[in-house]
Amino acid sequence: MTEPDAASTPDQPASEQLAPERLKRFSVDNYAYPSAPRLGLRGWLRWGWRQVTSMRLALVLLLLVGLAAIPGSLLPQWPQDSAKTQSFLDNNPGIGPWLDRAGLLDVFGSAWFTSIYVLLFLSLIGCIVPRAIVHGKAAMVPVSSAPRSLARYDGRLEATSPLSTDEAVAALRTWAKGRPVWGWLTGYRVRVDERTAGHGKNRDGRPQVAVALEQGSLREWGNLLFHAALVGLLCALAFGSAYTYRGQAVIVEGQTFTNAAVDYDSFEAGRLFDAAWLNPFTLTLDQFDPVFDLTGRPVSFTAHVTYADPGEAAEAATIRVNHPLEIDGGKIYLQGNGYAPVLTVTDADGNIAFSGATPFLPQDGNYTSTGVVKIPDVTSGPQIGLVATLYPTAAQAADGTVSSVNPQSINPVMLLTAYEGDLGLDTGIPQNVYQLDETNLTQVLGDDGNPLVIDISPGQTVTLPDGLGTVTWDSLPRFVALDLRADPSLPWVLGTALAMLFGVAVSLFAPRRRLWLVLTQAEGDTAQDGDAQGGRTLVEAAALAPPHDEAAARALASALAVSAGLPVPRPTARQEES
Amino acid sequence: MTITDLSVMTLWTAATLYAIAMVAYSVRLARVADAKLTAKNAALVTVGAGAGAASLETAEAETSDASADVEAAVADPADALPNAPLPSAKPGAKAQGIGRATMLVGLMLHIVGVVTRTIDAGHAPWSSMYEFTITGAMVAVMVFLIVQRRRDITYIAPAVAGFVAFAVVSALRVWYRDAVGLQPALDSYWLVIHVPIAIIASGIFGVSGAASVLQVMRIDRDSELKTRRRFFGWLNLPHRAVKSSAARWLEAVPVPQVLESLTFRLNAVGFVLWTFTVMSGAMWAEHAWGRYWGWDPKEVWSFVIWILYAAYLHARTTQGWAGRRAAWLAIWGLIAIVLNFTVVNLYVQGLHAYAGVK
Repeated sequence: MTEPDAASTPDQPASEQLAPERLKRFSVDNYAYPSAPRLGLRGWLRWGWRQVTSMRLALVLLLLVGLAAIPGSLLPQWPQDSAKTQSFLDNNPGIGPWLDRAGLLDVFGSAWFTSIYVLLFLSLIGCIVPRAIVHGKAAMVPVSSAPRSLARYDGRLEATSPLSTDEAVAALRTWAKGRPVWGWLTGYRVRVDERTAGHGKNRDGRPQVAVALEQGSLREWGNLLFHAALVGLLCALAFGSAYTYRGQAVIVEGQTFTNAAVDYDSFEAGRLFDAAWLNPFTLTLDQFDPVFDLTGRPVSFTAHVTYADPGEAAEAATIRVNHPLEIDGGKIYLQGNGYAPVLTVTDADGNIAFSGATPFLPQDGNYTSTGVVKIPDVTSGPQIGLVATLYPTAAQAADGTVSSVNPQSINPVMLLTAYEGDLGLDTGIPQNVYQLDETNLTQVLGDDGNPLVIDISPGQTVTLPDGLGTVTWDSLPRFVALDLRADPSLPWVLGTALAMLFGVAVSLFAPRRRLWLVLTQAEGDTAQDGDAQGGRTLVEAAALAPPHDEAAARALASALAVSAGLPVPRPTARQEES
Repeated sequence: MTITDLSVMTLWTAATLYAIAMVAYSVRLARVADAKLTAKNAALVTVGAGAGAASLETAEAETSDASADVEAAVADPADALPNAPLPSAKPGAKAQGIGRATMLVGLMLHIVGVVTRTIDAGHAPWSSMYEFTITGAMVAVMVFLIVQRRRDITYIAPAVAGFVAFAVVSALRVWYRDAVGLQPALDSYWLVIHVPIAIIASGIFGVSGAASVLQVMRIDRDSELKTRRRFFGWLNLPHRAVKSSAARWLEAVPVPQVLESLTFRLNAVGFVLWTFTVMSGAMWAEHAWGRYWGWDPKEVWSFVIWILYAAYLHARTTQGWAGRRAAWLAIWGLIAIVLNFTVVNLYVQGLHAYAGVK
């Protein structure tokens, strides 16, 4: 950067100039040469800022963001699916922890991904702020006049027009305005100069009208809007992630849920969200209606609920897939469903040790479901654990295996295996409710010495061996998994996204071009000469547009036709030159 | 014959016609290239030795021969497309006529196939991978024919016809599933907003991607071998292949600047539509899954595609990136679209599990 300054002083005496081969060494600040010009701190900062805001770096950062996102789709990610990520770590003890440490199992929250996009946005801001200022100033400046000579422009056109110069200018003004609605998008800014023909010594004194048409301010505004909206979108996302919350709750038919952090099965909130802000409404699942077609394919799922704000009358509502229930400040989504058999278990003394519904996790499209019932509160004897598989429509194959052939509960059967011993619930360590910790349990065996498998249908009561107690299957209600989400940033996200879409469309489709038409009264424009040539005005036209703007040539031809009083030519299929 | 059979049969016929169109358009490309090379050589001879009259005459004789054949054969398709220029006195015009006729009839049958599938299924024809492919291929042909009306892009016809024939045959052979009702997750008005725009964007990117490939090949053919890779230039086999006489059909392709302006305009439209696709997808996700963006694999790849085309738009105005590198970015964008549709649908687990392929 300092090189040109040092080299561009040819007028100075030779003694003050440095030898040419030494000059190269000043491309970095070299304090060995005290007299050498230096960047200094401000210079270096400026240099650094130039690098950050250069288009080339922006391009590289853009590609890096894209590249860095790919592992996020190929490797399991903690925020998306923690269970899968954990099992991936368990299955890959070698490389798994290293991938985890490198942030590849949480790409979009990792430091390196964040630093790439922060740099990218820094570069973007550094690019658009100066551009916005420059463009704002340029918009104040009127259209610049047509050049003196159009001779050097490619694609220059000439015509003679039967109109007078005034008529031609009026026609051009009308054409330049464009169609009524689209005019403000596609119209031209117009400048008309009256001058004398020729330039320099060749000025011949003939009166001439130069029309300059300019289009394209909008393109840059669209571009700036798009980039500003991107920054706005990022701010909205940051705002949203700080104030959002999400909770999941499993509710069995007939049960009621209260909106409080403790009532959720899982609850996550943004850093700045306070759980005390939760509105303690209640939600009762009255009924859940799944509809399946004859082959067992799901058609629709509808949860009929009763919703009540505190201190207000309850009202009935429905929640369906794609149709969340909108509540004050959030939405409740239907995310899953299944069966929750109601079992009653009596212990060795005949007391009821457990009675209630247990949600079972569906394993396939026919709702073959598995669940675990833990019965710690026995009055005497060991604790009991039941591992069950539910078949809503059980069918036995020829080889004796049971499977479910329909998602509806047409012929529900449950196969139970029982465990006795210590469930391990008293240790205080949280347990997965869908799994049995078998370390201190022994499986109850049947008379034949094999693990006992109990076959039970609704309404039946079976007696467990060894005097452990009895199990009764009372009923088979369904459960739903609901997801409550609130994100105060949603309107901002939508607004900035729409601004982005509008901005990018304008910046790509609004043309940027200048058209110039120079109208000169034909020489000796008297009756006889004018009629003979069929023209009273000589029109010279040229355009300045970026090379991809092929329509500029067409626009120029149209403008020329208009100035000659002809209709605008219709575009036809273009033959490519090769 | 049931409506299912009708749909499948018309689609098979359409794919066959597209394959014929691809061959015809390829023949036309070769004819045009030969004519151009002959003309070029003739001009060289004329300039160099001043005795090229004989070869010029030969070239002209060949051209008029071809045009004589054309008049009769092409009358039909020319009537079907009143605005299209009459392909008289042009090399390969007969082949072009055959190509255009088969392409148009293929599209008609293709439309019948898609419409009957829609009637059969009772919902918009893009709820499974099979339906998405046949509809997407149909849109690609339409995009090609619409652009063709505005400007002559016959040179990418072989690529478009071949790609579409391949897509329809893959859909029929690999991804075919009988029509079934919509699953609850897809039963939303967003299905008719989000997906068709994605299909149209993909169709546009498909056509422009073909042009980008031609652009890179044409740039390489025009550039000197070994200039880009100084020491092992002879190892640059793709470049050698493009320079070889087997690739002389590239002479029939316009110069890179023309291709660049075509791909830019298509990609600009495609980019805006893709932005809308991602946005409407986010809005649907907010309705269905409770979050507008969750880095689901499909979302990640949509984002990557968006980034690649954004990079393309920036690259073409950046010094050192304009031209060949920008064209490569557009090609990578198309590759990402194809990956997003095939690999992500079939091998990556995510929420967009609607391929209907088990």
